[in-house]
Amino acid sequence: MIDWLVNLADWHLLALEPPGWGGLLLQGLATSIEIAAGGYLLGFLIGIGGAAGKLYGGPVTRDLLEVYTTLVRAIPELVLILLLYYAGSGLLNRIVTGFGGEPVEISALAAGIFVIGVVQGAYQTEVLRGAFKAVPFGQIEAARAYGMTGLQVLRRITLPAMLPHAIPGLANLWLIATKDTALLAVVGFTELTLATRQAAGTTKAYMMFFLAAGFLYLMVTLVSNIIIGYAERRTRRGIPEVSA
Amino acid sequence: MNAMLTREFWQPHRIGLAVTAVVLVAWMAVSLRWDWLPKYGPLLIEGVWVTIWMLVVSCVLGMLLALPIGLVQVTGPWWLAAPARMFCTLIRGTPLLLQVWLLYYGLGSLFAAWPEIRQSWAWPYLRTAWPYGVVALTISFAAYEAEVMRGAFAGVPKGELEAARAYGMSPFTAFRRIWLPRALHRALPTLSGETVVQLKSTPLVATITVIDAYAVISRVRQDTFLTYEPLLFLALIYMILAGVLVFMFSKLEALVPVKGA
Repeated sequence: MIDWLVNLADWHLLALEPPGWGGLLLQGLATSIEIAAGGYLLGFLIGIGGAAGKLYGGPVTRDLLEVYTTLVRAIPELVLILLLYYAGSGLLNRIVTGFGGEPVEISALAAGIFVIGVVQGAYQTEVLRGAFKAVPFGQIEAARAYGMTGLQVLRRITLPAMLPHAIPGLANLWLIATKDTALLAVVGFTELTLATRQAAGTTKAYMMFFLAAGFLYLMVTLVSNIIIGYAERRTRRGIPEVSA
Repeated sequence: MNAMLTREFWQPHRIGLAVTAVVLVAWMAVSLRWDWLPKYGPLLIEGVWVTIWMLVVSCVLGMLLALPIGLVQVTGPWWLAAPARMFCTLIRGTPLLLQVWLLYYGLGSLFAAWPEIRQSWAWPYLRTAWPYGVVALTISFAAYEAEVMRGAFAGVPKGELEAARAYGMSPFTAFRRIWLPRALHRALPTLSGETVVQLKSTPLVATITVIDAYAVISRVRQDTFLTYEPLLFLALIYMILAGVLVFMFSKLEALVPVKGA
């Protein structure tokens, strides 16, 4: 069995030190996670603002947010990434040069986080809007009657009460964010998928490297699932179990 | 659809927003360059056709796979349920782009090294890219929809299935008449969204040289050095396709009468 495993593939190609490519793959994985986490956090901020705007904003804010979420959900991520990448850097440079500055080179990392964040923001807006709406209004009224300020109501009542409703959706979006980072490979950003393709193309060991990358992505998902399960159990304390 | 025509929809601020949108579109039509459209029009129509074809084929085949994979997870023996669950976890846990590349570059290079396959009737097809694209999209759709169908099958009230049994239906008849239609109806709203997600996944096949709408637009960008115009046009194409999909699914949902609606 062990002999068979050893002979199955050229395992030293995966060694961490060059000439092995393992180090490059792990570096790609770290970049992927970095972008996914950054984009997810940015998306969460957009999502909170978007959900608040959709629920409590004026008519114009609500309609504009509706346009934003509809557009992002109808246009392929791949096209959005290209559009936002060029439009974002072009716009920023126009602003900078408009103020009399030198044109700046935007780091690929920042661009990637920005793009994933804008996409995530649209989806998180919807998830958070649903979760905010699930909080019974009487609880918020009761908090106001106790004399809490708006921020205190948010911190003490609304956020903890909406979390159990938001976590399944948010968890799903985190898994999508980690997988969406692979799309940045198409615009030439060296995250895990592109690093894998470079390694595979150089060594011609396509199967092994793509399977190895798949294993790494799968590990991210499985580890995330364990953490999500823990978070879900913790936020659902005191809520009666509903059989699915 | 009628919402667009009602007085409630056309509140003052909406008229303002609509005017802004029209001005924006008019500005784009006038000041951006669209002279490439007539030249690449025929190619673009072919590309859109490939996109639609990929979407329909992968959705139909994927759904046919998803039904048994979802079903065995609800009622099947463990030796069918466990592999089905593993399949879903594997496919849903890795990016589609990686799966596409694994099939095209990985499996493709393995096939090429096998003389028996190179001499077989299938080789002319296996040398082209589209079978790998279709297979990757189908597998991905099957995995996501199996998960949806698992929930839908499990969500059909037990009493309805017991009633079917009490009427003397065989398990297969009960499945065909009660369980499957009820589960599909429950899953329809989710499936509508999932089909749009699948539409948005189709441009990934352009990375393995399938000439779909995205690939045509990429070529326009390379030939004309334009950044925004082709991409904006592509976004418009996908928005129209997504709109048509959502509309068709809403018609499909309306076919089934719902109590209280």
